[in-house]
Amino acid sequence: MPAAIETEGLSKDFLVGFWRPRPYRALDALTLSVEPGEVFGFLGPNGAGKSTTLKLLMQLIYPTSGAARILGKPVGDVGVRQRISFLAENPYFYDYLTAEEVLAYFAKLFDYSGADVTARVARVLDEVGIGAERRMRLRGYSKGMLQRVGLAQALINDPEVVFLDEPMSGLDPIGRRQVRDLILRLKQRGCTVFFSSHILSDAEALCSRVAIMAQGRLVASGALHEMVAFELKGWDLVAANVSEALRATLEGQVRSITAIADGQYMIDVPAEVAPERILIDLARGGARVISLHPVRDTLEDFFIRQVNSAAPRETGIS
Amino acid sequence: MRAIRLVAGAVFRESVRDRVPYSMVIFAILLMAASYLISQLTAGQDMKIVKDLGLAALSIFGLLIAVFLGIGLVSKEVERKSIFGLLTKPVSRTQFIIGKYTGLVATLIINLGVMTVAYYAVLAYMQYVSAPTVRASWPAPAMDPRLLIAVVLIVAELALVTAIALFFSTFSSPLLATLLTLGLWLAGHFNTDLRNFGAVVDSAPIVAIARGLYYLLPNLAPFDVKAEVVHGLPVSARHVLLTLLYAVIYSGALLTAAIAIFRRRDFK
Repeated sequence: MPAAIETEGLSKDFLVGFWRPRPYRALDALTLSVEPGEVFGFLGPNGAGKSTTLKLLMQLIYPTSGAARILGKPVGDVGVRQRISFLAENPYFYDYLTAEEVLAYFAKLFDYSGADVTARVARVLDEVGIGAERRMRLRGYSKGMLQRVGLAQALINDPEVVFLDEPMSGLDPIGRRQVRDLILRLKQRGCTVFFSSHILSDAEALCSRVAIMAQGRLVASGALHEMVAFELKGWDLVAANVSEALRATLEGQVRSITAIADGQYMIDVPAEVAPERILIDLARGGARVISLHPVRDTLEDFFIRQVNSAAPRETGIS
Repeated sequence: MRAIRLVAGAVFRESVRDRVPYSMVIFAILLMAASYLISQLTAGQDMKIVKDLGLAALSIFGLLIAVFLGIGLVSKEVERKSIFGLLTKPVSRTQFIIGKYTGLVATLIINLGVMTVAYYAVLAYMQYVSAPTVRASWPAPAMDPRLLIAVVLIVAELALVTAIALFFSTFSSPLLATLLTLGLWLAGHFNTDLRNFGAVVDSAPIVAIARGLYYLLPNLAPFDVKAEVVHGLPVSARHVLLTLLYAVIYSGALLTAAIAIFRRRDFK
């Protein structure tokens, strides 16, 4: 079975400057593979090359070098477009058409007709939570509502691969939750989801694998649990009724003891100290344990390390 | 073919809901109605003035619709990035351009059709209120069907202008595309002067350049048969057919060039 998405040495230069245009490398030799059925997070700060990659995969722009394939076929193959869908960042549609009309138009482009079109349009609009507004012209839609229409059009053809560029952009917390649920539902249906984001919590909640981009280059990729060494960095322990004598006993074993609200203390236990020992001491000293949490490296820590260590971007072609 | 039809249908549906063409059609109809009042100020020339002004209104407001819709529908899609939604569906860039053009021309035909009905309504009213002696002095009847020849050629000219607008909008900003299209429309009406440049200029290279431009720029003068039809003069079928053929060939060449550019273009 071919990979759902494959890129090999994919690069893109844009010419910048009016009088003496110089090439600006927006994407540098991206090699990537996404397996069928995966939810793949394409992460990176603004300007890292995420949208450029998505536009190359959608053939909205052409590569300077390298190649990309979707479902085993070269990008731009009209037959492949029948099986995929794309949501652009901040999507925009036609002012004077209603959501129903836009979606019916797109459904017909996928060769659906008659009652099938009506049924599909109603289903996807329900799925993204657009109610009576579906008969309103898009001119009157808010940014969040347009984002929902964008998501609906990305579902109209029951795609095998969905490309989402910043799908949570412009959505309120309820909308974000709905999109997360939607991505999970797509995964359950066996659909491959490739989404770009700079919001790491979304990736942590949804992705089986991620790639991190910085300065137009791929700086890390792999399974979340492989990339982020879930190495224990310590324990956060919250306890109440911690007497002065008890605090003195613990001070040699823990990194810090900080008073927080309501007579409670946050105790920072290093990884090399067994938390059980501290719990025993606390119990003997008459303290009450409120909570105990392991502290591990987060995706955010990893992301910031990778992005900060990325070499500066090339501004010209060698 | 289905994709082209669907794109054209969406363009048509969007355009007929846009306020710009509506206001253009309303302005044109108001101008036609006003021409009746103006004609009252002139003795004996009233019918010619109404016919002339009516056709001029049809031509000018049609031109504005062709330019603004022609440029807006492609460059606006690119600027607002709504094109991303469409080009990632099973629609090729060629189908996109042909669909857009077809939809625009269909919109233009409907708008000009409405204006023509209003035009004939004004002429019918003129005929109704004029005395038989006045009617007898007219060089051609009020409801002269030959006026439709002028209307058909106006539609053909505007279809060509739409192709020019579409061509420029595939690679330039909306403002620049508007200026270039209007500039070319203007140049097209004075194109014949370029052919006769040799009569007033001695320099051979300049005459050669003028001759080259004559063949390159659209020649829009043959589309204007207003004077002939208003004065009841004949317009040969050969002239009409050759002019229509010219419109088809020139528009086809422009669309081919527009497609070639559009197919290579990056949509950032």
